[in-house]
Amino acid sequence: MATSPLSGGTGGAADPEGLAASLRQRPFKRLRERAIIWLLGLAGAVSLITTAAIVIVLVGETIPFFSEVSPREFLLEVEWQPLFQPVSFGVWELVAGTLNIVLWSMMIALPIGLASAIYLSEYAHGRTRAILKPMLEALASVPTIVYAYFGLTFISLDILKPIFGSGISVFNALAASIVMAVMLIPTIASISEDAMSAVPRELREGAYGLGATRLEVATRVVFPAALSGVIASVLLAIARVVGETMIVAVLAGSTPNLTLNPLESIQTMTGYMLQVALGDAARGSPEYRSLFAVGLMLFLLTLVFNLAATWFVRRFREVYV
Amino acid sequence: MAAVPSPDLSLQATGRVARRQRISRGSRYLLLAMALIGVFALAVLAVDTIANGAGRLDLDFLRTYPSRFAERAGFRSAIIGSAWLLVLTIGFVVPIAVGTAIWIEEFAPRNWLLSFVKLNLANLAGVPSIIYGVLGLAVFVRFMELGPSILAGSLTLFLMILPMTVIAGQEAIRQVPASVRQGSLALGATPWQTVWHHVLPGAMPGIITGVILAMARAAGETAALIMIGAFSFIAFDSLSIWDDFTAMPIQVYIWTTDARPQFRPNAAAGIMVLMIVVLTFNVLAAVMRERFRRR
Amino acid sequence: MADTSTRTTPTEGGAPSDAPASTPPSTPSARPFEAGRAPVPTRGDRLPGDFTPPEEAAMTVRGLDFHYPRQHALRDINIKFPQKKITALIGPSGCGKSTLLRCLNRMNDLIDGTRVEGAVEYHGLNLYDRGVDPVEVRRRIGMVFQKPNPFPKSIYDNVLFGAKVNGFKGNADDLVEHSLRQAALWDEVKGDLKKSGLALSGGQQQRLCIARALAVEPEIILMDEPCSALDPIATLKIEELMRELRERYTIIIVTHNMQQAARVSDYTAFLLAGEDGAGEVIEYGPTEEIFTNPRDKRTEDYITGRFG
Repeated sequence: MATSPLSGGTGGAADPEGLAASLRQRPFKRLRERAIIWLLGLAGAVSLITTAAIVIVLVGETIPFFSEVSPREFLLEVEWQPLFQPVSFGVWELVAGTLNIVLWSMMIALPIGLASAIYLSEYAHGRTRAILKPMLEALASVPTIVYAYFGLTFISLDILKPIFGSGISVFNALAASIVMAVMLIPTIASISEDAMSAVPRELREGAYGLGATRLEVATRVVFPAALSGVIASVLLAIARVVGETMIVAVLAGSTPNLTLNPLESIQTMTGYMLQVALGDAARGSPEYRSLFAVGLMLFLLTLVFNLAATWFVRRFREVYV
Repeated sequence: MAAVPSPDLSLQATGRVARRQRISRGSRYLLLAMALIGVFALAVLAVDTIANGAGRLDLDFLRTYPSRFAERAGFRSAIIGSAWLLVLTIGFVVPIAVGTAIWIEEFAPRNWLLSFVKLNLANLAGVPSIIYGVLGLAVFVRFMELGPSILAGSLTLFLMILPMTVIAGQEAIRQVPASVRQGSLALGATPWQTVWHHVLPGAMPGIITGVILAMARAAGETAALIMIGAFSFIAFDSLSIWDDFTAMPIQVYIWTTDARPQFRPNAAAGIMVLMIVVLTFNVLAAVMRERFRRR
Repeated sequence: MADTSTRTTPTEGGAPSDAPASTPPSTPSARPFEAGRAPVPTRGDRLPGDFTPPEEAAMTVRGLDFHYPRQHALRDINIKFPQKKITALIGPSGCGKSTLLRCLNRMNDLIDGTRVEGAVEYHGLNLYDRGVDPVEVRRRIGMVFQKPNPFPKSIYDNVLFGAKVNGFKGNADDLVEHSLRQAALWDEVKGDLKKSGLALSGGQQQRLCIARALAVEPEIILMDEPCSALDPIATLKIEELMRELRERYTIIIVTHNMQQAARVSDYTAFLLAGEDGAGEVIEYGPTEEIFTNPRDKRTEDYITGRFG
């Protein structure tokens, strides 16, 4: 055989001493490798630092806020009136505003989202599915400011005003809830559909074998089997509503209001935060700091919903995947 | 023996079974109708926007600055601001997100720290954008004294889209078969050489898809930017990363909430431009994903 | 181990050799490796499988125990792999033959939570010594996998990759041609080296993987059921190739195909999992002898298909 073109062939054991040396770790190669992995770890640390920074910023400004406004007032008073005398920082009006939107938007989005999921997973065939699914997913890519514009010019002025007349405020929770629901359809539909599609075929076939109809299989076999995935999709959707800002800021008004009536003007936690940003609250004033207190509450609230959703997704995966 | 069907036997659905079948068949149309509501809403949104905005959308609209006069107001500074933001945000997010994803999938020790990093990413992905705005306001605008500048805006958007980009990157890296890694390691390549020569090229389409989708999200983000104070009247070109800026969604917001209804067509025209950008990103991502799947 | 009988090597190997392992007859003297390294303590210093091939050793496994996180996978493996011969590892699924193979180039390092005891000696040097870099080990001890796994790159780049990361500076075209020729693939692909490795047939892909391994000039090639994903004709080609490669390389092959072991290998080791699932070497010897005159009842049962 011709001589090997590989320089410094090391095939044999002719020089065991050299072999021992060359099997040893090469410090430079090792060092470079180490350095690169270290850099990658540093990149990985950015997300940890981000979380830490969020907590530090929110807590850091909330503590002085609570030295001026008692936590008692914040949590037990009802009225939120930071701008006018008498100033009052009772957070419940903002919480009620957020709850109002969650309630009504989920009321609309849940049946539509679940029906879409069931249709896509259990009824739709190749072609329909290939068209319908991307169309629904396109809803998720629309920026929320676009929904806000659509809600104001079309839903609020062209639809709701003629229907309810003077019974509805110009800015109202219903318009916000409706467009919010449109935004949520893909969230609920795609996660629920993933869960339903993951239900093993044998389960369906077992039910069909007993003479069940398609609807019965979908509602009594597939839906219960995919329940934790469906719950996860609902929790994620709620977290999105709670955190969504532009839709409520443009449509729902800026009147803190302890009501679940969708026809009234309200203000959510996020709506208030944006209002503070748009105004010019002096740095260090209670109004400025209330931004962080409300922000902390928002952060914790979405954290709870997201953690719960993660838990349900994991539970679902354990069962079927 | 020839099978003679019993005269009593019928396999036609009757009675209860027939009713159940009717309900089940009917449910198909009801469910389809409900599934179409979302599509219908999208169609109405598009038609309404185009009907209102098409008249305003011309070259002058793209070329001129915002103005007190609705019919003279343009989108120029918003387009320039958004372009700046996207370019810088890509520059920040690609190395950090890809580095994080590689570290998690290929190098991180499998211990509690890694579980925590993953859980943390999943939760960061669900943190509302306005919280990122508060973070940007406190850290970049105030603490680092960058002001409501392009740099502060891009850093804020970067942190906001980092988690989703990392998660997309992780998924892409996991798609690279283990046999490729083993083949490379068995030839005496180091772990990093294996990642650089085989894992990254294999994961690239998925990573690019994730980055493009993240860009679509950054392009449409409004709340976080308003939060850091970027909602001033900008009638000039932002020329450096230290300059104040406006962006397409911010300008749309300003026009939408203007008390004078003459400004609404501007908002609609702005939305058309914004949606063209966002949809282009989404189509690009879909094309990339399709190519990825075929390989 | 149950079998206590001693075996003498068959005629062709030369002098009978059942010398105790404490003085491996053919390892180059252990002198150069003394640097801080005591001879590996092995349980009983017993001869691997009570049999020692007469040729010089390419690798010697001594008292090797291997643990997965929840499974003791190999127990007290002692075996000497001769140079420039083909040694086959056979045994039923789960007997640890693939695990043993992967211990030989430290591929098992890639699995978290594994534990190794004992030694794998390569020219007298324990591959599991501290300071030995697994990357360097794998560069010298190549591996071909069960399923052909060419990189999704051109044939040319596939062959060149290993050499390049190992600092090859010579003439790339020559190396590619040389390696492909050695792997008996050159004539089939020489017209289109830019073609993707994935565009080849399964058998060609596997030969490409062999060429890729040869390009880094290993001394030993480990093959993990290299033909299990191939059709019979492609299998025959690979076997023919293995016989040619034996001229220059030591080959250790895991196979579940008894005929293959009988056709290509010079020596055969039969492994079997014990009660607790840990694999042990039941019998080791010249292939002809293992297949015609096995000493152990279990070997005979397995070979004649009466196993289990």
